This record gives sequence, C-alpha cells and structure tokens, in this order.
Amino acid sequence: MSHAEFVHSLWTVAAAETPQKIPGPHIEYVQLSPTLIVLGVALVGVLVEAFVPRRARYHSQLALTAVALAAAFAAVIALAAGGYASDKAHVAAMGAVAVDGPALFLQGTILLVGLVAVLTFAERRLDPAAHGRPVDSFAAQAAAVPGGEAERKAVAAGLTTTEVFPVLLFAIGGMLVFPAADDLLTLFIALEVFSLPLYVLCALARRQRLLSQEAAVKYFLLGAFSSAFLLFGIALLYGYAGTVTYAGIADVVSGATQTVDPALASTTGNDVLLLIGSAMVLMGLLFKVGAVPFHMWTPDVYQGAPTPVTGFMAAATKVAAFGALLRVLYVALPGMRWDWRPVMWGVAIVTMLVGAIVAVTQTDVKRLLAYSSIAHAGFILAGAIATTPDGVSSVLFYLAAYSFVTLGAFAVVTLVRDAGGEATHLSKWAGLGRRSPLVAAVFAVFLLAFAGIPLTSGFAGKFAVFKAAAQGGAAPLVVIGVLSSAIAAFFYIRVIVLMFFSEPKAEGPTVAVPSPLTSSAIAVGVVVTLLLGVAPQYFLELAGQAGTFVR
Amino acid sequence: MPAARRSAAKWLALGFSLATLLLAAVQFARFDPDAKGPFQLTESHAWIADFGVRYDLGVDGIAVVLIGLTALLIPFIVLAGWHDADPPSSPPFGEEGPNRVVNNWRPVQGFFALILMVEAMVVIAFEATDVFLFYIFFEAMLIPMYFLIGGFGDRAGERGESESAAQRSYAAVKFLLYNLVGGLIMLAAVIGLYAVTAHQLGTGTFSLTEIVQARAAGKLEFATVTERALFLGFFFAFAVKAPLWPLHTWLPNAMGEATAPVAVLITAVVDKVGTFAMLRFCLQLFPEASKWATPVILVLSLVSILYGALLAVGQRDIKRLIAYASISHFGFIVLGIFAMTTQGQSGATLYMLNHGISTAALLLVAGFLISRRGSRLIADYGGVQKVAPVLAGTFLVGGLATLSLPGLAPFVSEFLVLVGTFSRYPAVGAIATLGIVLAALYVLVLYQRTMTGPVKEPVRGMPDLRVRELVVVAPLIALLLFLGVYPKPVTRILDPAVEHTMSQVHQGDPKADVPVNDVEAAK
Repeated sequence: MSHAEFVHSLWTVAAAETPQKIPGPHIEYVQLSPTLIVLGVALVGVLVEAFVPRRARYHSQLALTAVALAAAFAAVIALAAGGYASDKAHVAAMGAVAVDGPALFLQGTILLVGLVAVLTFAERRLDPAAHGRPVDSFAAQAAAVPGGEAERKAVAAGLTTTEVFPVLLFAIGGMLVFPAADDLLTLFIALEVFSLPLYVLCALARRQRLLSQEAAVKYFLLGAFSSAFLLFGIALLYGYAGTVTYAGIADVVSGATQTVDPALASTTGNDVLLLIGSAMVLMGLLFKVGAVPFHMWTPDVYQGAPTPVTGFMAAATKVAAFGALLRVLYVALPGMRWDWRPVMWGVAIVTMLVGAIVAVTQTDVKRLLAYSSIAHAGFILAGAIATTPDGVSSVLFYLAAYSFVTLGAFAVVTLVRDAGGEATHLSKWAGLGRRSPLVAAVFAVFLLAFAGIPLTSGFAGKFAVFKAAAQGGAAPLVVIGVLSSAIAAFFYIRVIVLMFFSEPKAEGPTVAVPSPLTSSAIAVGVVVTLLLGVAPQYFLELAGQAGTFVR
Repeated sequence: MPAARRSAAKWLALGFSLATLLLAAVQFARFDPDAKGPFQLTESHAWIADFGVRYDLGVDGIAVVLIGLTALLIPFIVLAGWHDADPPSSPPFGEEGPNRVVNNWRPVQGFFALILMVEAMVVIAFEATDVFLFYIFFEAMLIPMYFLIGGFGDRAGERGESESAAQRSYAAVKFLLYNLVGGLIMLAAVIGLYAVTAHQLGTGTFSLTEIVQARAAGKLEFATVTERALFLGFFFAFAVKAPLWPLHTWLPNAMGEATAPVAVLITAVVDKVGTFAMLRFCLQLFPEASKWATPVILVLSLVSILYGALLAVGQRDIKRLIAYASISHFGFIVLGIFAMTTQGQSGATLYMLNHGISTAALLLVAGFLISRRGSRLIADYGGVQKVAPVLAGTFLVGGLATLSLPGLAPFVSEFLVLVGTFSRYPAVGAIATLGIVLAALYVLVLYQRTMTGPVKEPVRGMPDLRVRELVVVAPLIALLLFLGVYPKPVTRILDPAVEHTMSQVHQGDPKADVPVNDVEAAK
C-alpha cells in the first residue's frame, strides 16, 4: 500500500463513520421555567438600569421584580399541579437539575420569601428623606468611599441603588437551582450564582457603611474558602466515581456500577477519595447552612448587612442550602449514611448547643438573631439526618415556617430607629412595649415562634423535626435539642422582658411608621406564623407529599 | 374605645366569665357520675393528622369538678381585680404618698383579656384527652400568665416603683423559665411517646383512650426503661407546675409579686393542671413506672409538706406566707395521688377543689387588706379586727380553712389523704400529720400579728370590706362551709373517676387497717 493510498483510505474510513459531534444539550425549558423567568428578568433589570431614566428606575425595577417572582411562583405551582412533584418527577437538563417534590417545594418557598423580601427592600419611608428625595436602606452609590467627597455628592444628588433588585433576582435564581442541582458541578455553579450577589448586597448599607463593607469582605473571604473546599471535594468525588451526577455517585458507592473508565482506573472506588471528598462537599454546604464549626461568619455578616438583606439571606439561603444538603445526603450519598450520620450527629449537637449558649451573651438584636439562626440550623439538622421520609418532609416544613418568622423579625428590626439609623443594641429596646405596644407585640410573636411556644409555627416545625429524629432513632439528639431550646427560650424571653417590663429610656429610639410595603411584609410574617401554628395540617401534608427525591 | 369607656371591658369580662360559669354548671348537671366509660361529653375532630393529633375533648369526674372550680373562681378573680389595672389615681386610702397603683403600661382591657385567655386554656387542658392537645395548652397558658405576673403588680409601697418593677419582672421570668424548661422536657417525652406508638401500632397516636386500650389489649408494650424515662419527662413538667419541692421556688416569687387575684389564678387554677395531669396522664399512661417512682415521690411530697409549712412560719410577707402554705398543701395533694389508695386519691382530688376555694378566699381577703395599706409585710399591720371587723372575720375563716379546721371543706380532703396514705404507708402518713400542726401555727400567728393587738397607727381609719369585695368573699366562705359539712355532691362525681384511675394502675387498696365505716362517715 502506497503512502498516498494509505492517506486516501484513512480519509475514506473517517468519512464512512459519522463524525463524533458534541450533542446539542437537551433542555426542558418549561420544567426549568421558574429559574429561567427569574434569571431572564434579572437581565432585563440590568438593561433597565442602563436605559431607563433614573427617576423611573425605582418603580420599574420594583414592578419587574415583583412580577418576575410572582410569575416564577405561578410556574412552580403549575409544575407541581402538573404532577412534576410526584409521578412525573424527573431529572431535567441532561442530568443537571432535578424537578421533583423537594425541589419544587423549596423553590416555591424561596420565591415567596423573595417576594416578601422585595417589599422590605423597596421600603423608602423609614430613612429620613435625603435632600427631599425618599431613600431606601441601601447606599446612595456603592462605589463611593464611605465618608468621602463622592459619597457626599451622591447623597446630595439623591441617588439610590436600584441595582439591588436585579442583583436580588440573580441571587434568587441561583438559590432556585441550588436545591434542585443533581450533579456536583451544577451545585457549585448555583452556589456561586447566589453567593456573589449576596456578597455585593451585604456591602450596600446606607448607614454604617464601613461595618457593612467589613461584613461583605468577611463573608466573601470565608465564602471563597468554603467554595474552595466544595470544589476540591467535587474533584475528589469525581476521581472516586468517574462522574459528577448524584445518581452516578450513588451507584458507584453502592456497587451497582462496576464499569471503570480506563483513565480513572487507578482512583475509582478508592474509599479515601470518597470519604475526604464527601467530607469536603459537606463542609461547603454546612458553611452555607451556618452550622458549627462553620458558623463564624454568621453574626458579623448578619449584623453588618443592611437589615432587609439580612432578613432575606437568613431566610432564603438557609432554605436553599438545606435543600442542597438534603439532596446530597439522600441522593448522592445514601450508601454512606453509616459514615456521615455520626459526624452529622456531632455537628447537629454542637450547632444546637453553641448557637443557644452563645446567643445568651449577645447584646445586639441582629447578632442575637444570628446566633438563634445557628441554633435553628442545628434543630433542622436533627431532622435532616433522620434518614426517613418523615425527616425530609419535616425539614421542608420547618424551613418554610422558619423563613417567614425570620423575615418578619428582621423587618421589625428595621422599624426601631434612632438618630444613627436602626437602633439594634438591645439596651435601646428597653420599654419598647410601652411606647409602641403593637410593634413590640408583633416582635414578641416572632420571638415566641423562635422559642417554639405552642400555637406558633415554630412549635409545629420543632415538633416535626424532633419527632422525625426520635423515629429515626436519634433520641439523644431530641433530648439535647429540647435542652438547647430551653436555653434559647431564655434569651428570647429576655428580649420580651426588656420590651415590656423595663422602663423606657428617655433618649430611646422611636418606632418609624413604615409604608404599606414593610407593614405588609410583617403582616405576612405574623399571619404565616400563626397559621402554621394553629392549622399546620395542610402544609404538613404538602411537605409530606413533597418528600420524595427523584434519582 | 375612648379611655373613659375602657371599663366596659371589665363588664364584658365579668359577663363572659359568668356565661362560662353557667356553661360549666350545665356540664356539671349533664355529667352522669354512674355512666360507663372513662370519658363523657366527648368531642372529636381531626386536627393535625400528620402528627396523629386530634382535637379530642372529654371529661371525667375529676375534670368536671376542676372545670367547675375554674369557672367558679374566674368571676371572683375578675371582680376582685376590678381596680387592679386602673390608671394611676389618687390613693384609695390614707394620705401617705407611696400608695399609688403601679405600672399601667397596658390598658385595662389587657388585664381582663389575659385572665379570660388563661381560663380558656386551662379549661381546654382539663378537657383534652389527646396528649398533644393537652401539651399545647399546658405550654401556651404560660404566656398570658407571664404577662399577668410581669405586667400588673401591687402598689409599690415603700420599696419604690423601679425596684418593685424589677422584682416583678424577675418573678415573671422565673415563673416562665421554670415552667418552660419543665414543658420542654415533657415535649421530649411527648415525642418519645409518639415514637413508641408509631413503632408498635403502625400509626402514631396521642389519644389517651387509644393508648390505654392498646395497652390493655397487649398491642402496646413499653420497655421498662422507656416507660420510666417517659414517665419522668411527664412528671417533671407536672412537678414544676404543681409545684413540688425542690422545683417550687418560682411560686413564692410569682405569688408575692403578682396582684392577689392573679396569685389566686396561679395557685388555685393553673397549678391544679399540674396535679390533675399527674392523675390523668402519669398514672394512666405509665402505671408501672408510676409505681416504680412512688417511694421517691412520696418523700418529695413529704418534704414539700414540711418544708413549705416551716418556711411559711418564718415568712414576714403575707402573700409569700400563703405561697409557702400552698406548697405544703400541694404536697398533700401529690401525697394523696401517689399513695395509690382510693381514699388517698379521692382525698387528693377533693383537696384540689377545696384548696382552690380556701386559698382563693384567704388570698383575696389578704389582697384587699394589702390594697388598703400598700404593704405586704406582716409587721405593718396590727389590730385590724378593731377597725375592720368583717375583713378580719373573713380572713379568719379563710385561714381556718387553710389549717383544715373540722367543719370547713379542706378538713375532709386532708383527712382522706392522710387516711389513704396511712393505710399503705403508716410512717409517711404519720410524718405528714406534722404538716397540719405547722399549718395551725402559721395561720394563727399570721392572724394574731395582723388582726389582733393594739391598733397600729397606719391601720387606723382603714375601711372595712366594700360591697364588691363582700360579693367576692361571701360565696366562697359559704362554699367552704357547705362542702365542709356535706361534700357528697362532689365526691359522688369524683369517686367513679378515681376508681377508674386506680383500676388503670392495677392497684387495689390495701387491707383496711382503718375501719371503712369511719372513712365513709367522714365523707
């Protein structure tokens, strides 16, 4: 065979086989519509920022955001009604995103939380008007140096940061994907998509900008650390399983898949990789959840961030992160549960105790709520590691209940103000119940719900997770959970005592009269808190039906 | 509503409490003591199916009587507290300065609304036959109670207003924390109970009837350790509420700082839920563990009886004295329950009723006295019977009832408790008798110091009981006398329920050392 013939034959052979094309991705647009709507409108929001005149931006952004969230929520409801939460549940977008009960339930929760949070974001009546223009709780110009000339000019010009709305939408978009992610790479991307906007939002406080920026930097640095852990864990798990899909990893763990990719032959099935990898992935998720020992960022960030952002972050991030944690534990690593359960037991116990005990010494309302959120993360973990269907649905219910209490509580915090902005130091709250009985009573309702007093949603949620934990054989967890609830009750009660039974200070803060926006956000919080406390059955059923993951 | 018309709330509260009393009377009349089955007038609705929780109500004889007590006392509490939440005004008596009604951060209607809230929750707790439902209201009633204690207090007197407020808020927090911790420990046990039933019966349930039936049918068996742990969880909460030594320390603070009507609400109504729940839930759900724990509980109640009485002797503050006396009496009630004899338990249940009435009488009169002088210290009084004979007389009757003078209602119940205890545990019964001796001491010394002797200067010119106050006290004293002579209408309703409980514990009476006829005669 001559040289030419060889080349020629080579060419023919190659032509005879169809060339190996990369297949075009197969995307189920309808099933992903909630996420797509939110991200799409976020992009529109960026365009609005660029092309719409300054004075019209606030209203158009607000309307766009609200419509986007409402439309996305409607899409979630439609999907759930169409059976995607139960029998039609499947993995969409080529194995990247699950459309199933837990995903839709959590997406619905996140969207509602977002909708309520937008109301507090848009509040413009609390801060005194700057130069005749109403301002919200965000910095006039984020890029201006605090206290500098540029800031003074920006304030004088009456600038407002309407960018917060599209930024918020991006964060929500990421959060929608996070609990639905069905492979580790999607998980990581979703994490970044919702984290980066949050870092930015944290830095945007109008008052106490240095504190706010410090909080953002801390959040960003520690968040970057946790992302690195997560990513490294993903790499190790890929080395172990030869795939990043949850189902694929689960199959390799259980031994259902024996075929080995030759390129990974030396690492596949190596338990060291599996253990270290899953530990690192869990670390990354526990950071977002705010579980001890990965909780260090929570108090500083909660305190420094603008309060509407804190409320949103405390509620929605927790929902998304627990959703992702559940899916990793139950879909990717169920075969490992004898390995991760003892560790997670420890984490849950430490989280409950540390959150409750450290909160006792706090003197700032926002830090207090931060530590209380850590304790609550511990309670949720107790349900999350029950490894029963009840455990999953109890966590779903708890998340929905908890997020509205949190939103409402932080919305109340925005109302109590003195000359320096929000008066978050607890000593300033003394006697609030005598000056503004209604606001204090509402805050007391939220605190009682945090404390888990019966007839509030907090009790129903706590009961659900502890019940699931007890049935999952974790009686010690229940006992420790109950004890830390008792400790936690102490500091919630202390705030109530302070508000109702202490003498008001002469130069104490005043309670600002909010616009209907914040009022309705708080009202929603109260209504949901009491409704889920008195008649939780419907929502428990909903969470119960949504408790099955798709593989 | 304009401030001037706020007092409408008082009439409204009074009206509703009387209506409740009427309904309770109807319930009392419709209750058939001879009917079969543990519960009557039952009502059942689905509530939270996911938790196996039903809104199940039903009453046995004990519950009917205690609901009657609650409904009876609330109108008196409302009447007695008529002016407790009024805005500061000129001192009602005397010229000296500190006599001012303290602390009006809450409008009048709040006070009465909270009282009615407590009543509603207590009644549901008495009626609930679903453990979860009971727990919810057992816990939820803490919140209105907390605001009642912390929000409204006596006139500050010499202590000064801010110190008085600080003391009151301390008392309220102590009350709440003790009870909340008790309740949370019970929550763990409630969840444990659910886990056990869910595991063994397939579906978890909180229904008392279902659990008792399943146990009787052998479908549900607790492992010994589990049963004991669950029992302890429940008992701890009830012992805090009751309160039993050494978990009692919140009671003197709470009763001392609260106004007299609220103190009555605490000790005569709310605390009864604790002892009632021991009978209904501890004994019926966990009979074996109850027997196992009996020796320790008997010792604790003995300590309560003696310790409460001894501290009562040493008190300088009238309301705290009554609080310690109550601790002593709660010791008797718990003793009667856990003596596990029919006489003991009927004595204990009757005691719950009688203690409610007698303490209410004594405490409300004491409250009237304190509101006249603005001081709770015994040393500030003397010779009151010369200036206010009716007040002194009613105070004496209340006091005599507290020390269980024969002829007044508490005597019957105390006697039954002692007889019931003696027939099984003679030594315990003998020691408990000391409590009566001490009771005579603290009551009579209290009376002697405050009412007899030379008239002290600040007491001079003290007005006697007003019509409103008489309306409150007279019926209570009449009841004390009536039930002291003829307790039959009540015991007839209580006894079948007590026998039912006893049969649940599989415990018969010991062979009578005491001739039964005497006991019957005492009834």
